[in-house]
Amino acid sequence: MVSGYLIYKAIIVVIVFLVGLGIAAYSTYAERKVAAFLQDRLGPNKAGPYGLLQPIADGVKMFMKEEIIPDVSNKFLFILGPSIAMLTACMTGAVIPWSTPLVINGVSYPLQITDINIGILYVFGVVSIGVYGIMIGGWASNNKFSLLGALRASAQMISYEIAMGLSIIALVMLTGTISLQEIAAQQSGWHWNVFYQPLGFIIFITCAFAECNRTPFDLPECETELVGGYHTEYSSMKLGFYLFAEYINMFISAAIISTLYFGGYNMPLIGRFVTDPNILSILGLVFFFGKIFFFIFFFMWIRWTVPRFRYDQLMHLGWRIFIPLSILNIVLTGLGILVFNK
Amino acid sequence: MTEVSQNIIDLSKEKKQHTILNLGPTHPATHGIFQNVLKMEGEVILEAESTVGYIHRAFEKLAERRTYYQITPITDRLNYCSSPLNNIGWHMSVEKLIKAEMPKRVDYLRIIVMELARIADHIVCNSVIGVDTGALTGFVYMFQKREFIYEIYEEICGARLTTNVGRIGGFDRDFSPKAIQKIRQFVKEFPEALDEFQRLLDRNRIFMDRVINCGPISAEKALSYGFTGPNLRAAGIDYDVRVMNPYSSYQDFDFIVPVGTQGDTYDRFMVRQEEMRQSLKIIKQALENLPEGPSHADLPEFVLPEKQEVYNSMEALIYHFKIIMGETHIPVGEVYHCIEAANGELGYYIISDGGRTPYRMHIRRPCFIYYQAYAEMIKGAMLSDAILTMSSLNVIAGELDA
Repeated sequence: MVSGYLIYKAIIVVIVFLVGLGIAAYSTYAERKVAAFLQDRLGPNKAGPYGLLQPIADGVKMFMKEEIIPDVSNKFLFILGPSIAMLTACMTGAVIPWSTPLVINGVSYPLQITDINIGILYVFGVVSIGVYGIMIGGWASNNKFSLLGALRASAQMISYEIAMGLSIIALVMLTGTISLQEIAAQQSGWHWNVFYQPLGFIIFITCAFAECNRTPFDLPECETELVGGYHTEYSSMKLGFYLFAEYINMFISAAIISTLYFGGYNMPLIGRFVTDPNILSILGLVFFFGKIFFFIFFFMWIRWTVPRFRYDQLMHLGWRIFIPLSILNIVLTGLGILVFNK
Repeated sequence: MTEVSQNIIDLSKEKKQHTILNLGPTHPATHGIFQNVLKMEGEVILEAESTVGYIHRAFEKLAERRTYYQITPITDRLNYCSSPLNNIGWHMSVEKLIKAEMPKRVDYLRIIVMELARIADHIVCNSVIGVDTGALTGFVYMFQKREFIYEIYEEICGARLTTNVGRIGGFDRDFSPKAIQKIRQFVKEFPEALDEFQRLLDRNRIFMDRVINCGPISAEKALSYGFTGPNLRAAGIDYDVRVMNPYSSYQDFDFIVPVGTQGDTYDRFMVRQEEMRQSLKIIKQALENLPEGPSHADLPEFVLPEKQEVYNSMEALIYHFKIIMGETHIPVGEVYHCIEAANGELGYYIISDGGRTPYRMHIRRPCFIYYQAYAEMIKGAMLSDAILTMSSLNVIAGELDA
């Protein structure tokens, strides 16, 4: 029984890991296609049908490129930077409830690597470590543009984490739990948290943009000012790790947004037509990924539409608008709970 | 490396440490090869020092060894975003020197090409302001229209970037019906793209926060530096050579000279947007009232004769030989002629000692003048503002260094 449990866990870990990597790889392709779509261009279309092999070609290219480590850099930290970024990006997927459990021969197999009761805290903890990857990498490059990028990144990620955390507190007040599995399960039917926490949702998704370093918050790597920001000196697969980590983060952010605010794997009305738990579970998976893909598209849509902030405006927005707003959101949620006694 | 470390050592002696940042000469945001050595405190620029000369090609010296028509291709390489303006400015300066009168049709055709070039130049400038704020999409839409202008150039003169359009004394050939049709199509289609682009940015909160009060310059300061063109008009002074000192029949046209109030990046952006609309208006009027007649003046010493005539008539053969061998002598004289180029007042100062080449030629290049003010404009600004100021001044390396 124990060995069976271990095999099941090993399988699900590998699947989540591979799916995460695969989606991140194809997000790069999607990003270019979405950009092309929004900009009236064709996008990659040479490698394979519709350019579908482009991510593989890019990956091969990344590995084949000459690896340059600057003489003046701190070599250990220079390698550590992208490693941390990649590691933390891959770790966050562990607590996401992908769907309801599959039941095979009377044994229930939850589609989640682990349902720890502090799921949200775990995600925040791991994401916070992610900033070290950027900070260490930028600092170790010994390049002024990298340093500026790293400084921007760390300042930005730390300040937006506060607003993000505060917006989650309101959500936790509402749900009464910080286990992602329970939060997802609570939102069956139309009880999506976004309807109870619209302000919190807006704060959260904005902060998610900032955490992922996506436009309009892509100051750490804005190419028009800082060349490449924190990864200016990076080449080969170490650069690939940074870029890849960004896409995995985007995927995980989309998954967390869907779980926290959009019912996760729940889909209203589906229970009326399907009763078999296994089919429901598979359908839940499909809906969940549908929501994730929508948010990934949303990330890209925003990126190719709006300009980026200036550093001081970004800080102003984070500290003087979003943090007060999220505190207001907590107060409003508290009043709501008191009045409606939910 | 050694220089940088020396700087760091020097700085470490001071109480407060500052960073010296080399913005350029090969920085992706500086559109061309400029160097700015910035003394930074965090993201704020304390002092800036601009360097010129990275692509100095000694055009003025080169011109002293070239006949007048051979200098036109040199002018292509000044502001390469709007070569036709430079070409035609040069032609008109030489025509002023030899006191030649142009037929109306030449004037109108020139105005069409010049205004197209102005639009192309402003497209580059404004869409790159978008790129430098991080909005890449508008850039792509606008560049499709710029591409169309280049197709019109191709139809008119056969080249796209370095056009070498026209000759001293008019055009080597008249516009083809296809060219006219393409210009009409452009006039019809462009406003929509322009409005779309403007809607994407001009009321966007993030964009406004970025560009308003970014790199402002007062009218007094702009004048004392010698600003002209859109950058001066953005500061609130309605100086436009096309109106103040009309050349090439600009007096026949009805257009507005837009002015700003603050002289910041947002005003420069909006002035250029409006100028594109006005240019379109001018092209429309020119197309409607295009006079019939020859597409070049009666200047046999400058306009190549038809091949048929070269073979059959003595005079044509002689002129053909003289033009091709560059043996056309220009009367002694001294002339300054300026036009409203896309970036400001582009002037050519020619001294002729009666030979086949100019004795001395000087180009008043607006970008060179803007760049002098750049260091002062970015003092106290943030790094991001410095980049935006540069792109909104539209300093083109080719014109800066000549």
